[in-house]
Amino acid sequence: MNLHVSGDVAARTLAIVTAMKGAEGPLLPILHEIQAEFGYVPQDSLPVIARELNLSRAEVHGVVTFYHDFRDHPTGRHVLKLCRAEACQSMGADAVAARVKALLGIDFHQTTLDGAVTLEPVYCLGLCSCAPSAMLDGEVHAGLDAAAATELVREARR
Amino acid sequence: MTVKVYVPKDAAALALGADRVVAAIEREAGERGVAVAIVRNGSRGMHWLEPLVEVVVDHERIAYGPVRAGDVASLFAAGFLEGGDHPLRQGATKDIPFLKQQTRLTFARCGIVDPLSLDDYRRFRGLTGLEKAIAMAPVDIVTEVTDSGLRGRGGAGFPTGIKWKTVLDAAGPQKYIVCNADEGDSGTFADRMIMEGDPFVLIEGMAIAGLATGATKGFIYTRSEYPHAIAAMSAAIEIARREGVLGPSVMGSGRAFDMEVRVGAGAYVCGEETALLNSLEGKRGIVRAKPPLPAHKGLFDCPTVINNVISLASVPIILDRGATFYRDFGMGRSRGTIPIQIAGNVKHGGLYETAFGLSLGEIVDHIAGGTASERPVKAVQVGGPLGAYFPRALFDTPFDYESFAAKDGLIGHAGIVVFDDTVDMLHQARFAMEFCAIESCGKCTPCRIGSTRGVEVADNIAHGVEPEKNRELLADLCNTMKFGSLCALGGFTPYPVMSAMTHFPEDFTPAPRVEGGGMSETEKLKGPASYFPSIEKKYGQPIEHWKAIVRAQEGKAHMQIVAFLKETHGLGHGHANALVAATLAENA
Ligand SMILES: Cc1cc2nc3c(=O)[nH]c(=O)nc-3n(C[C@H](O)[C@H](O)[C@H](O)COP(=O)(O)O)c2cc1C
Ligand code: SF4
Ligand code: FES
Ligand code: FES
Repeated sequence: MNLHVSGDVAARTLAIVTAMKGAEGPLLPILHEIQAEFGYVPQDSLPVIARELNLSRAEVHGVVTFYHDFRDHPTGRHVLKLCRAEACQSMGADAVAARVKALLGIDFHQTTLDGAVTLEPVYCLGLCSCAPSAMLDGEVHAGLDAAAATELVREARR
Repeated sequence: MTVKVYVPKDAAALALGADRVVAAIEREAGERGVAVAIVRNGSRGMHWLEPLVEVVVDHERIAYGPVRAGDVASLFAAGFLEGGDHPLRQGATKDIPFLKQQTRLTFARCGIVDPLSLDDYRRFRGLTGLEKAIAMAPVDIVTEVTDSGLRGRGGAGFPTGIKWKTVLDAAGPQKYIVCNADEGDSGTFADRMIMEGDPFVLIEGMAIAGLATGATKGFIYTRSEYPHAIAAMSAAIEIARREGVLGPSVMGSGRAFDMEVRVGAGAYVCGEETALLNSLEGKRGIVRAKPPLPAHKGLFDCPTVINNVISLASVPIILDRGATFYRDFGMGRSRGTIPIQIAGNVKHGGLYETAFGLSLGEIVDHIAGGTASERPVKAVQVGGPLGAYFPRALFDTPFDYESFAAKDGLIGHAGIVVFDDTVDMLHQARFAMEFCAIESCGKCTPCRIGSTRGVEVADNIAHGVEPEKNRELLADLCNTMKFGSLCALGGFTPYPVMSAMTHFPEDFTPAPRVEGGGMSETEKLKGPASYFPSIEKKYGQPIEHWKAIVRAQEGKAHMQIVAFLKETHGLGHGHANALVAATLAENA
């Protein structure tokens, strides 16, 4: 998912902002694009965004930190999100989470030492009728049990 | 002859392997030299049968499900392309009781059509509502919606027509239609299903809202957790624009309306309408004080209609069939139909659209078929994370806005989540507080601080620390949050908490704590790791930091280390205990 922060962050940020700043309320779309480009929102991109959108740096920083999606550091090669919300709880999500954590040897918001997998919580994927559910790099999985969770971890490890 | 086969592209079907099923059908058909045309439809809403494969035989759709890729060879062997018998055969789709008993108005096309075929959409009465609206004066469109009795399906149940009237009457060079597609409630997926299964109906509803109020621009604000809905919706908008349904002259009317999709960034509170507007403007998703109402000063301070997906998607049929047609369904002040989303521990999970008025018990015991685990139902949470937990004793409550309010609950976005008798309601109450703490926008103290305190108090009850005093404290805290919060996140979190405590008091009187390190049964169930996110958040240190400290206390007993963490590092009792339990378990 994340990668090579090669090249000049400021220059690449400027290209994105320039292309998108004409939209109404452009900041969130820009931040999504930046995260898609770099795998996270680099500190060095903030002053460029602020300058181009006529905002203070503090304002941009405030927005980035408000939303759970935006990260200030890269993830592992894969991001595994486990649903922690009520419908999934009712079908054993806590046990699935415990198993996944044990298999990966990490907790939520952490990345395995080999940089393979970042584990994140998510609060509902809209798959509540076939719980528990998860998302691996944007692909959805439902009806998880211990075996399926193990398989998912194996897939993520690759 | 080419046989038409439907395999849903709905996210629930995909999550259960629909793409693998498609690949298997294509492979098998290729090997056998038979021609199949696969249509990727939305979901019919019978999620326990997903992926639900339908084959058209003699103009009738025959259903097979739940189909796994490994079943495909045997389906071919059984002659499923001619409707052949097979253990997965469910008969004619339209005769499956779960579907047959529904009243599908808003979801009339979902699962039937190719979501991205405007021809399909037209063939099933699509765009007739918009055509009628074009021929009407704006005020008459508004009157039609008002007369239909449609109330907001996002949760608050505010009459949609009245909201539109306010925007129609507001002056302003620019007005907006904002569709709230932030569907963050656990147990809900109706918005997602519409966007993936019949996106044109939402486009049509928003265009009608534009004509009715004088708004020329629309935004659909949805969640980053819904990539498939985002893709389907964006593609449909593109098609609608190309076909002249959207653009400078909506269906040749000479009146403009266009729209785009915007994506949130993982903040539940952005479902609250004013937080959503701030987010759309590129700000932090902080709730605004009202007044001014969004209808007067909404997006970029312009008059703005903000409605839920289902509210807007119900408008085309109201315009098409008339207000009376729609209003004749339902009970009391809850008119029309409601897509009930059945989720959690149930045999038959999915979407069930029906007139208001079914009892909760009918829904849970008959339509949902009881629990998937075959254990007794203990509690049903209705209306998402801010909704109350209902015990069996309240199963006679009819599904409508007023009846649920009368029982200290809400129907919200109409999601119901069923729990069997293994659920620990104190744990659920704790989760409600924790969720509020994670998602609070931070504007008001009762919500921001109260929820964090609520987690601690629930922990204390769980650990047998002055349980009676702490139960009172929890009720007090709920009272403060209920009356001191600006929006329903802080204001309604007390619903799940208080309903859990009121209806399931036995779960709030756990056995007294065992000294010397034993964890109670509830704690074993929850697992100490469930505390880790809040520990990291609260004290700003990674879990490893704390584990290292615990390890350094080697030789001390469990409770001594807990006491040490509390005294020297200021950790709460529950947090300290969770860390010690987790760390010592690693060495065991
Ligand atoms: C914390 C919170 C979250 C909300 N989430 C949603 C949501 O995801 N979708 C929605 O339509 N309404 C949500 N609402 C309700 C909206 O504030 C608002 O009432 C709704 O968008 C109005 O549209 P309607 O009248 O069509 O229901 C939420 C409210 C609160 C307080
Ligand atoms: S109740 Fe909570 S979420 Fe709502 S405005 Fe107050 S702090 Fe924000
Ligand atoms: S609660 Fe897990 S998908 Fe909705
Ligand atoms: S055992 Fe739970 S707090 Fe000591």
